[in-house]
Amino acid sequence: MSKGRGTLHNNHGSFDQRLEAARRRAGLDQNGENSQPTEANPLSLAMQLGAEMVAALVVAVAIGYGLDRLLHTTPWFMIGFVPIGAAAGVLNLLRAMRTTKN
Amino acid sequence: MGNESIDALGQFKLTTGLGAFGRAFEFTNSNEMMLFGSAIVVALYVVALRRRALVPGRLQGLAEMTYEFVHQMVIDTMGPEGARFFPFVFTLFAFILVGNILGLFPYFFAFTSHIAITGALAVFVFLLSTAVGFWYHGIGFLKFFSPPGVPGWLLPLLIPIEIISYMSRPISLSVRLFANITAGHVMWEVFAGFMLLLVASMGAVGAMASIIPLGLNIALTALEFLVAVLQAYVFAILTCLYLHDAIHMH
Repeated sequence: MSKGRGTLHNNHGSFDQRLEAARRRAGLDQNGENSQPTEANPLSLAMQLGAEMVAALVVAVAIGYGLDRLLHTTPWFMIGFVPIGAAAGVLNLLRAMRTTKN
Repeated sequence: MGNESIDALGQFKLTTGLGAFGRAFEFTNSNEMMLFGSAIVVALYVVALRRRALVPGRLQGLAEMTYEFVHQMVIDTMGPEGARFFPFVFTLFAFILVGNILGLFPYFFAFTSHIAITGALAVFVFLLSTAVGFWYHGIGFLKFFSPPGVPGWLLPLLIPIEIISYMSRPISLSVRLFANITAGHVMWEVFAGFMLLLVASMGAVGAMASIIPLGLNIALTALEFLVAVLQAYVFAILTCLYLHDAIHMH
C-alpha cells in the first residue's frame, strides 16, 4: 500500500490503483501458492524474514524439549528436531522470498 | 522520563485504566484502549451508515471504502467461498488498524505492541484455519502436509518439516505485528530522549543540535502511520491466505 490511506477523499480510480499496487506487492495477482506478502520497506522485510526463520526453530525446539521432558530422553528429540526446524525455517524463507523475486 | 537515561520501554507498561473501577477489577490501560478502539469502529459504522446517502459523504465514504477494500481482498484471495469469512477478517482488520493508529497518539497505549494480544489473535487465526481445513476436507486435510510430486522415501523427512512450517505460522504472524509496532515506538522514544540529553548536557548548543533528532522523529511519524496501516493489512491478508490454504489445500 502506498503512503497515506489518510487521503481518503481521493477519487475511486486512484484507490483502485493503490489496491492494484498493494495486491501486486502482496503477490496475489500471480495466483500464488503459499505466497506471503512482502513489503517494500527493507527494515520490515528483514524483520519479517528473521521472524520466519526463528519461528520455525522455536516450534522445533519446543517440540523437542517437550518430548524429551515427557519421555525422559533428554538430548535426543531436541537433537532430532532442531535440524528439521532449521529446514522448515529455510522453507518459510523460500516461501516468503518467492514473491519478492518477481 | 528522567533526564539522565532514556526509558524506552516504560511506555509499554501496563497500568490500570478507567479510574477506580479499573483498580478494583484489574482493568488495564490496554483493555481500556481495546474497548475504546472497538467503540470507535462500531460508532463509525453506526454514525456513517445512518443516513445511507446515495452520494456518500466523507464519513460514509470512509466506511464504505474500508468495507469494500476488505471485501475485495477476501474474495480475491479465497474466492467466492471466502465471503463467509468476511465478517471475521473485517473485524480483525478493523480492530488491529484502529489499535495501531490509536497507539500512535501521545499518551495513548498501543495494545498491539504486546505479544500477548497479537499472539492471542494469531493463535485464534491458526486454530480457526486448521478447524476450517478439517471441516472442509475431513481427515483428508492431513494431505496438506505431504507436498505433491515427491518420492516416497523422502516423505518421512518432509512431512515433519511441513508440519513445523505450518505450526510456525502463528508465531511469525504475531511477532511480525508486535515487533513492528514495538520497534517504532521504541525508536520514537529514543530519538525524543536524545533531544533531552542534548539539552541537558550541552545547553544552547545542544538545543540547536536537537533539531536533528526532532527531524528524524517527524520523518518517523510518517513512517509509523504507514507501518500501522500496512501491518493491519498484512495481518488481514495473511489470515486470508491461511484460510485459503485451508479451503483449497495448496
